[in-house]
Amino acid sequence: MHATREELDAQAKALLKEYDQKNLTARDRAQIPLQDMSTQDPAVRVTNMEEVALGYTENQVRLEAMRCLQCKTKPCIAGCPVAIDIPAFIAEAANGNFAKSVEIIKQSSLLPSICGRVCPQESQCQLHCTVGKMHKDVDKSVSIGRIERFVADYAREHNLETVPEVKAETGKRVAVVGSGPASISAAADLRREGHQVVMFEALHKAGGVLVYGIPEFRLPKKIVEHELNNLKDMGVEIRRNYLVGKTRKISDLMEKDGFDAVFVGSGAGLPKFMNIEGENYVGVFSANEYLTRSNLMKAYKVGSALTPLYDSHKVAVFGGGNVAMDAARTAKRLGAEQVTIVYRRTEVEMPARKEEVAHAKEEGVEFLYLHAPLKILANEKGCVNGIEMIRCELGEPDASGRRRPVEIAGSEKVFEYDTAIIAIGNDSNPLIKATTDGIEVNRRGNFIINEETCETTLKGVYAGGDIVLGAATVILAMGQGRKAAVAMNSYLATL
Amino acid sequence: MNTILSKQKLSQEVFRMEISAKEIAEARKPGQFIILQMGDEYGERIPLTIADADKERGTITLIFQAVGETTHRLALLEEGDKIANLLGPLGKPTDIEKYGKVVCVGGGIGVAPLFPIVEGMKQAGNEVKVIMGARNKSLLIMEEEMKATADEVIVVTDDGSYGKKALVTEPLKELCETYKPDCVVIIGPPIMMKFAALTTKPFGIKTIVSLNTIMIDGTGMCGGCRVTIGGQTKFVCVDGPEFDGHLVDWDNMLLRLGTYRSKEEEAHHRCHIGLDIKEGEA
Repeated sequence: MHATREELDAQAKALLKEYDQKNLTARDRAQIPLQDMSTQDPAVRVTNMEEVALGYTENQVRLEAMRCLQCKTKPCIAGCPVAIDIPAFIAEAANGNFAKSVEIIKQSSLLPSICGRVCPQESQCQLHCTVGKMHKDVDKSVSIGRIERFVADYAREHNLETVPEVKAETGKRVAVVGSGPASISAAADLRREGHQVVMFEALHKAGGVLVYGIPEFRLPKKIVEHELNNLKDMGVEIRRNYLVGKTRKISDLMEKDGFDAVFVGSGAGLPKFMNIEGENYVGVFSANEYLTRSNLMKAYKVGSALTPLYDSHKVAVFGGGNVAMDAARTAKRLGAEQVTIVYRRTEVEMPARKEEVAHAKEEGVEFLYLHAPLKILANEKGCVNGIEMIRCELGEPDASGRRRPVEIAGSEKVFEYDTAIIAIGNDSNPLIKATTDGIEVNRRGNFIINEETCETTLKGVYAGGDIVLGAATVILAMGQGRKAAVAMNSYLATL
Repeated sequence: MNTILSKQKLSQEVFRMEISAKEIAEARKPGQFIILQMGDEYGERIPLTIADADKERGTITLIFQAVGETTHRLALLEEGDKIANLLGPLGKPTDIEKYGKVVCVGGGIGVAPLFPIVEGMKQAGNEVKVIMGARNKSLLIMEEEMKATADEVIVVTDDGSYGKKALVTEPLKELCETYKPDCVVIIGPPIMMKFAALTTKPFGIKTIVSLNTIMIDGTGMCGGCRVTIGGQTKFVCVDGPEFDGHLVDWDNMLLRLGTYRSKEEEAHHRCHIGLDIKEGEA
């Protein structure tokens, strides 16, 4: 049953009337029904690129916030990579003080409207929630992310946000490489301290993975644009079409252009392929390419966009993360009749957010578990027409703690597909390493940093986000950006 | 930024523009390219090789053929106009060193990016012979510049309207036999590069080709430009654009280049109508 926003709001309104009257005990709070977030009807949303999740109403957000027990031990905070004072912002939301609520979040996280949408809450803050524990079901935890999203949207839509105060100019200059979540948060914290900050972005639009990777239906680009405008209002300069390492090297920025320090948040940005036969046939795409065409280049606007799309009817997406879900759901929206996510393990081991998996299923994306591709086949024109796969079973746990997929000999079978999208992750882009003496990386190409300060092996150069973590999450990238900024601010104060 | 300082029409559908781009001009080396986007929400990103650069003036020169909607729109810009988005220099520079005797082969618009390599090879102390070819006389560009720089220039046209009536592979084979170059550099349409590389292969001569594949970001992020080189996958944008011509899987590259062909033909037709341009006139 697909409940509409109006129906959910009416139910919440009635309950709120009841609960507002009484002094709630912890038991009462835990009995308040979890508030569902309304979504676009699956049948409708697969025909458009609009945001799927519609967010809470005011009644819903207050009711959901009332479910919070305000535990003294605050276990949720320990689950948050940036240690947001979660009970405090939820208490304000319960009372309808949305602007105050978002201010509390912003003391720790600069991008609540984004994190409220894309954070994997069920494995972070909500995993530790006492309410979820009482129900013995993490899905019944307080919906911290949805509340965060609501208050952030409310503040933005009602112009209740305050531009962060910027201290007197220090005369120090900082270059920030990349404009994704790590760079945005580092830039904001460096600018607040009064340093001049210039952000360098290679693409023609700023925002990094928030713009080229995450689809519009999960994160509307106007929200990203709004956050970047906030940075500009603080005085951060954003230079696009500037590839650090090629247009200028880091050494040039520091020695010739007068930058006192550099933060590198250039992201992972080097798609992994599976190294199987036929991977370069026509119709095989990295998820990065597939998503960039649709998101950054707006290829979904057929007729307006000059960047073309491949005509896909039967699509296989390899991988089990959020990027695989994004690619599969995009393929559906671009008109593919059949889209299958192929994963070597089972649903339990899939790293994607539960909500994304659920949304993908609702939209008709199929899942083929315990299968691994062996070979991509093509017709005489080199266009994909099949994929040979082998069945797997789960063996002993590997280094990641997940049970290892073991191929079952003799179970090979050819499946008919015309498109293969590879979403098995990214390695670090080697460009900066290759053009900067003194920066050391690990065997996966990730920058080696001092865990406390995020400083690289090169003095004055700091790094954070996927270039350090490998493909991780927005909130972890943000957390590192902030951590680096603290260390950079102290470093700059000594110059 | 990115102001067009001068514009000339070199031949049917081929234009030269000098554009102010200080940082790109300073960093650029022969063989590298830029990606441009015309600024509108729906514009595409296209790679173009840098034909020349002037560090003092802070300018780069692009020579392009109006073949798709973006290059057609670019051709409609005039001196004083700006190009909204220009990223570069991208890719690895040409391996310019002293080989001894070098033959540089350019086909069609490929003559433009070949020119700085000819200059570079000369400066490095090589003897340089140039073979340049085009479909017909009106599509031939930069003959004067080449003649002023190279030790010898051989011109061929497909239809014999100028120079010798031949494909570039014919004089190339002769030079391989008689002149015995130490290195051959080939830039031109993919099919020409394929056959020119096949021509030098039996002679075992080092052969460099410059590939121009489908590309979006140009920084290694999308992998759309990948090619098979000696059985390994390489990205043209960061590992290239230049590769050993004898190791390129040409047939796979040609197939990949055709991924969107039907849509591109539609778009080309559309832009001639939409921009009110006659076929052949840009």
